[in-house]
Formats: sequence, structure tokens, C-alpha cells
Amino acid sequence: MTFLIQQTMLYAVPLMIVALAGVFAERSGIINLALEGIMIFGAFIGVYFVYSMQKFDVFTDAARAGDWLTLQGLELMAMAAAAIMGAVFSLLLSFASINLRADQTIGGTALNLMAPALVLFLIRVLVNQNTLMMSTGDAASWFMLKKSTFGIDKSTDIGFLGETFLNKVYLATYVCILLFIVLSVLLYKTRFGLRLRSCGENPQAADSLGINVYKMRYAGTTISGALAGMGGFVYSLTTANCTANGDVAGFGFLALAVMIFGNWKPLNIAGASLLFGLFKCIAAAYSSIDINGDGVYLLAELGISSHLYRMLPYLVTLAVLAFTSKKSRAPKAEGIPYDKGSR
Amino acid sequence: MKNSLLSIYEKEATKKVLASLISIAVGLLVGIVVVVIVGLTKETITGQGIWDGVRLIFAGIFSTGRDAAGKLTWGYNPQSWGNMLFRAMPLVMTGLSVAVAYKTGLFNIGAPGQYLMGTLASLMIALGIPSETVPAGLIWVLAFLGGCLAGALWGCIPGLLKAFLNINEVLACIMTNWLAANLVTWAFDASNFKNVVENTKAGYIYKTTFNGVATPKLGLDKIFPGSQVNGGIVVAILIAIAMYILINKTTLGYELKACGSNRHAARYAGINDKRNIVLSMAIAGALSAGGAALYWLSGNTEFYWSTYQSLPATGFNGIPVALLAVNNPIGVVFTAIFMAMLDIVGQQLTGYTAYNEYITDVIISVIVYLSAFSLVIRMLLTSKRKAGATNVNAEPTPEEKSAQEQARQKGGEQA
Repeated sequence: MTFLIQQTMLYAVPLMIVALAGVFAERSGIINLALEGIMIFGAFIGVYFVYSMQKFDVFTDAARAGDWLTLQGLELMAMAAAAIMGAVFSLLLSFASINLRADQTIGGTALNLMAPALVLFLIRVLVNQNTLMMSTGDAASWFMLKKSTFGIDKSTDIGFLGETFLNKVYLATYVCILLFIVLSVLLYKTRFGLRLRSCGENPQAADSLGINVYKMRYAGTTISGALAGMGGFVYSLTTANCTANGDVAGFGFLALAVMIFGNWKPLNIAGASLLFGLFKCIAAAYSSIDINGDGVYLLAELGISSHLYRMLPYLVTLAVLAFTSKKSRAPKAEGIPYDKGSR
Repeated sequence: MKNSLLSIYEKEATKKVLASLISIAVGLLVGIVVVVIVGLTKETITGQGIWDGVRLIFAGIFSTGRDAAGKLTWGYNPQSWGNMLFRAMPLVMTGLSVAVAYKTGLFNIGAPGQYLMGTLASLMIALGIPSETVPAGLIWVLAFLGGCLAGALWGCIPGLLKAFLNINEVLACIMTNWLAANLVTWAFDASNFKNVVENTKAGYIYKTTFNGVATPKLGLDKIFPGSQVNGGIVVAILIAIAMYILINKTTLGYELKACGSNRHAARYAGINDKRNIVLSMAIAGALSAGGAALYWLSGNTEFYWSTYQSLPATGFNGIPVALLAVNNPIGVVFTAIFMAMLDIVGQQLTGYTAYNEYITDVIISVIVYLSAFSLVIRMLLTSKRKAGATNVNAEPTPEEKSAQEQARQKGGEQA
């Protein structure tokens, strides 16, 4: 059970934060199809940040001495770097779709094509192979919080909650959850949030009340880019052992589906991403899931092909979209370039 | 009157071509900037290396390798030209696929999935029917048509979801892409077409020549000795012409375009919009899958079957091919050949310099990015020609208007 919850969280948390990224863009009126590309780019930046920082003695010494505070600091800095560069990358989308009134679908697709190409090109030039890895050690030994990190002996049982939420987890997961809550409050309970959302519903009315629609849309897309970039790095840190290879396996698109399924509302999105995280986790680790802890690996013993398990997340997405599409309510003005002159 | 109308039309077309050419030029420029920056920051790359990289980006198709002194040599390289046409062959088809869907206002990002389903069906048929009892030519035709049919059915799925449940086709296409990748892996995993004869080739499916099936060369191997080119490129060009006729000269083509301009107006005019959306996606699927069939039936290509973690780039590259050709089926042929040329350039870069083939993907993505606002470029071209005479309060041109309409409609139809 502990394993199942932890694995689900690993997939659900990046999904959740990237889906929120989608919400920020779409609520301001910009369809951010580039989530996938920004994730890929953010993952690369984060991993490259870790890769280059590992050359400094401060961090290698810290790793050897088990100074986990310094290492967690490095992790947070890498997340920040990924977020900043994700935001910068997303400016390409905002510039095209806000200033040049370009087709947002095509602009997003361009970024989705650009990110893996650029990342693979740079990785090949930098390390002469197709995957960028940490220069020493792995994600688990450097960044994972374990019992030993807190000075507790490995064999001590610290209870179900402790085992699940404090042992073998990443700080990044909790930072994401915290950010998710803070930003949801920002979007729904502050003046800024209300203004941002008004630009996605009726930009003309917002403009007539003195709100700068262009600025708000830039803000929405930039926050979106930062969150997606960070989400990309968190994804690669927690599920891909802190490596970058120009691919996040369609995670950005899954996040878009989660966002639509969650009806552009944070609470629903949190629920939806847990559901998708569960299916993603089943697909990735069905053979080692022991649901009630009796030593029986039910899913593996069912004898269903692993191919089917891998198809589940996508099948479920389609099914869920089919059932919820009639009820879903997208921001009214999303995808429409704002033109001051039109009524 | 008729003449003046004609000349205006011609101007519009020239503007479209010009906008595409500008996109290409800027794309290449960005590629060069990246090459230079990377060259300057890395000590291992010399000034000569940078210069070689820049020259290869522009004229890699004329490269014939390096001579004994280590200098790049130039000239007609039949192998490169032949391979360029060979790689253009599936790109023409996926480009047509994206273009036809776009005419109906659908963004077919599902081309990779349809391509995979075409691969599955055509390889299964080409290898499954024994060539001892059935003539190889007939098997080829059956495999090609079977591949197209599989792609058409696969393309129908997002079409149906869009038409009846109003699900955003982009999302549905992406989900079906990954489903196709898993399905294809599953099917080949269960099949006995895995190549076990050649031990060095683990994870590949038999070449179709194993069953005596291969696309005829039509003498093209004489013109381009040493390359992979075959008659498939002719088939692809013929299909492009057929698509041009379908879109521009038939009632069906008119109905498809009408649904693309304004779905609701089309319905008001008595056009069955749902049927047309499904049909458009089916045609798009068949085209993309047809590209796969042409590629894998060549006889000299081998399919890596455990593909569930990746999607074929040929499918995605249909998008820039179509965008660059402004969704004109005839233009698609030329832009596909251009993309294939970039592909060859990438190979030359990997082979002869410290750079690698991904730089060409960067160039392609910049081109797509620019084509997102090709309308703006076109408007700039217009305003330059009659500078000073622009009237701010003038009605927007029909083209601008329709673009705005489309955007508005898209927003309203978001699932």
C-alpha cells in the first residue's frame, strides 16, 4: 500500500502542477499546447544545473558527508532554474500569440517541436550522448529523503504515515503541493487572480474596466511556463532518476487532459491527477504492486498483457473526456487573440 | 475585370510563397546562429569547423564528403539526391494528411499514430500472404490499400469524437498516437514476423523482400545510383495531384472546406458537418498510413517493432510540411522535398562535423513557429508595397476576417 501511494504521488504531483500551469494560461485566454515542450526544456535545464553544480566541491563534499540540507538546497535551486528557464521559453509562445496574434495551436506545436530538438542537440554537443545524467551518483542517493537522512535507523518502524510520507520521498513533491495550494489561492482569492480570469472570459469588458489584457495574458502564460518547466524537472527527478533525454512521454498532453477533465478548477484537477497518477503508476509498476500487503501481486497474476496496462492511462483519458466533454466549461475567450479594435 | 482579378489572385499566391520563403530563410539563419554560438563556446570546435557547419547547413545536399586533405568537397551526389527523394516520399503523404485535415479546420496531430497503424497493417499483409500462391505485385497493392484502410479507421476515432462529442481533436489525436504505439508493439510482439534469421538485427521486423514484395524502382536507381529511391515517390506525387483535384475541383472538396471555414454556416447551408469532419479525418488517416505503407514496402527498410516509447518523427514532420506549403497539396510535394533535404543536411553534419542532426530539427521548429504568424508576415508584405496608403479604419481583408472567424470558432468549440 505504501508503495502504491508513493508511486501514485510520483506521477500525480508533476501532473497536478503542470495541469495548474495549463489553467493559468487558459484562464488568461491563451491555449498553452506547449506544456509538453516546456516540460522537456525545464527537465533539461534542471538536470543540467545539477550536472554542472556537481563539479563544485561544496556539493560533492556535502554528498559524501550526508549534509542533506545543502543537497536539498541544490534540489530547490535546480527547481528554480528550471522554472525560470521554463518561463523564458514560454515567452516565445506569449510573444507570438499576444503581440503577433498568431494561431496558438501552431505556436504551441512549434515549441513542442523545438524543445526536444534543442535539448537533444545541446545534450549531444555537451556530453556526446543522447541522455544527460548526473555527473556523479544518482537521484536517490543525492536527493531522496530517507529514514537515515533524519538519523533514524533503517529497521525502525515509524508508522504507516511516516513510512509513506517521510521515507523515500522527495522534497520536490511537497514543494509542488505547497505551490499548488498557494497558486490556487492566488488565482481565486486575490484581485490579481480575478483580473487574470476576467481576461480569459471577456477581455473586452476587462479592458474597458482598465485592466491591461496584454499584461495579464503575459502574466498567465509566464506563470504557466515557470510551473511547467519546474514540473518537467520534478518529473525527471522523481521518475527518471534525474536524467534528461528530450522526452517526457506525453506527460504535458496528459496534463492538458487532466486540466480539461478537472474543468479548469484546481480542486477537481488535484483529484483528477491522483486518478491519472494511479493509472500511470499501474502501467509503470503493475508487476510489483502489492495492494493489501499479503504478498500476492494481484495485477501481475491476472495475466493481462503488459501492453494493455501501458495503454490504460490513454484509454482512460479518452473515455473520461468522452463522458465529461458535454459538461466541461472552457474559459470563453481562450484561443482568441485579443484585438483592441474588435468588439 | 477578369484579368485584374486574376492578377490580384496571383499576388496573394506570391505573398504566400514569399511568406514561406521568409520563414525558411529565418529558420536557416537561426540554425546558423546556433551553430556559431555553440562553436564559439566549445573549445573543441575550430573556426574552420564552424565555417564547415554553416556551409553544410546551406548546401549539404551538394556535399560529397571530405578529400584526403580533410577539406569538404562539393558536387552532384546522386546518393544524397536519391535518398532525399526517398525520404520525401512518406513526408509528402503525412504532409498531405495534415493539409487535408486543416482544410476542414482540424489540426491533425495524429499523423504519427495513423502512420504506425499503416505500418502495422501493410507489413502484416505484405509478410502474411505467401508469395508462392499470390503474385507479389498483387500483395503489394493489397498491403498498400490495407495500410491506408487501417489508417483511415484509426483517423476516424478522433474524427468521431470531435464530430459527436465535441472533444478537442488535438487531445484525442495525441491519445490515439500513444495507443497506436502500444498497439503496434503488442501486435508485432505477438506475431511471428520478428526477424530471427539475421542474429545481428535484434528487435526488427523482416524486410518485405523476405516475402519477395518490394516497390518497383521504375529506373530511378539508374538516375540516382547507390540510393534507396524507388517508384513510391511517383505514387506519392500522383496522390498529391489527386488531392489537389479533390479539394479544389469536386463537391466533396468544397463541402470539406466549407466545414473548415465555418462549421455552423455549412450546416445551415445543408452540408452534413459531422459526416464531413469524420470523412476528413478518415482521408487524413489514409494518407498518413499510405506514407507508411510506401516507406515500409520499399523492401530496403526495416521496422523496429518495440516502439511503444516513441512516435515516428515522419508523422510529426507532416505538420511543418503542410504549414510551409500553406496547405496546398501541390506545394506539399515541394516542401516535403525541402524537409527531406534538411534531413540529408543533418546526416552530413553528423558525418563530417562536430555538430549533429538535431540542428535541422531546430531549424524546422523555427519554421513552424514562424508559420504560426505567417498571416502577420503576409500583412507586412502588403503594407510595405503600399506604404502610407493604409487606412486604419478599413474593413479587414476577407482573409484576415476568416482567420479571426476561425480563431473565434475554435475558442467556442474547445472541449
